[in-house]
Amino acid sequence: MSFLAENWPVLRDAFLTTLSLALLSGLFSLLLGTVLVAMRVSPVAPLRGLATFYVEVFRNTPLTVVFFFLVFGIVQIDLSFPSRFIAAVSALSLYTSAFVAEALRSGINAVPPGQAEAARALGLDFGQTLRQVVLPQAFRTVVPPLGNVWIALAKNTSIAAGFAVSDLTAALTRLSNANADELALVFAAIVVGYLVITLPSAALFRLLERRVAIVR
Amino acid sequence: MRSTRKLAAFAALGLTLAACSSEAGEQAAEESASAPTVAEDVEFPEGSTMAEIAEAGTLRVGTKIDQPGFGLANTEGTPEGFDVEIAKIIAAELGLSEDQIEFTETVSANREPFIQQDRVDIVVATYTINDARKQVVDFAGPYYEAGQDIMVAAGNPEGIEGPEDLAGKTVCSVEGSTPAQNIRDNYPEAQLTTYDVYSKCADDLRNGNVQAVTTDNVILTGLVAGSEGAFELVGNPFTEEPYGIGLQLGDTEFRNFINDVLEESFENGSWADAWDRTAGAITGEPAPEPPTVDRY
Repeated sequence: MSFLAENWPVLRDAFLTTLSLALLSGLFSLLLGTVLVAMRVSPVAPLRGLATFYVEVFRNTPLTVVFFFLVFGIVQIDLSFPSRFIAAVSALSLYTSAFVAEALRSGINAVPPGQAEAARALGLDFGQTLRQVVLPQAFRTVVPPLGNVWIALAKNTSIAAGFAVSDLTAALTRLSNANADELALVFAAIVVGYLVITLPSAALFRLLERRVAIVR
Repeated sequence: MRSTRKLAAFAALGLTLAACSSEAGEQAAEESASAPTVAEDVEFPEGSTMAEIAEAGTLRVGTKIDQPGFGLANTEGTPEGFDVEIAKIIAAELGLSEDQIEFTETVSANREPFIQQDRVDIVVATYTINDARKQVVDFAGPYYEAGQDIMVAAGNPEGIEGPEDLAGKTVCSVEGSTPAQNIRDNYPEAQLTTYDVYSKCADDLRNGNVQAVTTDNVILTGLVAGSEGAFELVGNPFTEEPYGIGLQLGDTEFRNFINDVLEESFENGSWADAWDRTAGAITGEPAPEPPTVDRY
């Protein structure tokens, strides 16, 4: 137990880093994903094409490659992020928003076309139809897939450890090398750190699902 | 070396390393005559680890395969380097030829478990002897004494001469490594950036995102050699990192045997010869004085 006491500051900072990586990236990818899906279902062809291109590029590129590009690639054109943490949040958000957009699109497709037609018949324009009628219904059916995306994101934050962000996975490498005699404890502490994030959110998503899901 | 995850690929060094390993391969072919002479009619006390290994006809060795000069897999996947040569010297004294060595890749994080689970007989993998590790494994040696040093951009624009000069500068190392911890503990004014592999540190130094890279001199030497003149070594080691040979905790008989073998190789020149053919071929430096074996 003295191991936990001695390394508590490292573990706490690492946990908070992982948590804030996940929360910030989750928030930004939800926003960006919503914009993307609005573009994707919009009547403007160039917007649809752009959103489709974006989603296909980021959904099919390994996250590590996205990180590499943002950390070491853009330096070639004299750009860089003010900190590695911001670079990590950007990489995670860019990547995850593609999955959020796809999850939302599945929700939009699940809304019967009659709903949108009725909204248009009532005189709502495209934006209003989307905001007032389609998206609220779509969000309800996408709670379970969004929960999956969120949990995947929480675990994907570990890639940031390889790009100079001191998250839980970085703490694992740091502590396991310094405490060769207590490897099992080190692993347990790190796993608990991740579970503290993922398990309650899984429960929260179940609750949310029961609250908002509509039975068709 | 002790960083937890050693580069799977020295991206920056790719070409140079490929060149190095093929050169090393040619050298190995030329110099197979200078391979250690395999002892014949070896006899060991009944029940000892040496007798068991000689009986089995295989020495199982854990080594790194991504460490230029110490343990680096060549294009055929066979590791080459100073650590590998040390393993061959030990095998020879056990009456085993180099074909009877079974190499297993070990990375920094799995060296203790591999020894404890008896998946390897010995670990020769730039393995720094320290007290925490002595709780779970025993060490023969040291067979080499490395030291933490600093690598900077060519011309040393920041004028970094030693660790004290790192105050207020950003310095890069690998997470989980002893050099990174040393900077945290003893030079807290330096801004430490940690990646998982050293090639990323080298990229950041090239980009100017960090002003220095710090770790064991042997690793930095490999990076400098592969940088085509972009980097230079400060050349002022400020720690002592004795590399030892890891083996089962409590197997004092085997540990003494390896220590005897090492001391003999220090004296008869096979140690210096192994150095010249591997790490020495990269640095261009003559073999240093062999360290003193620590029979704790």
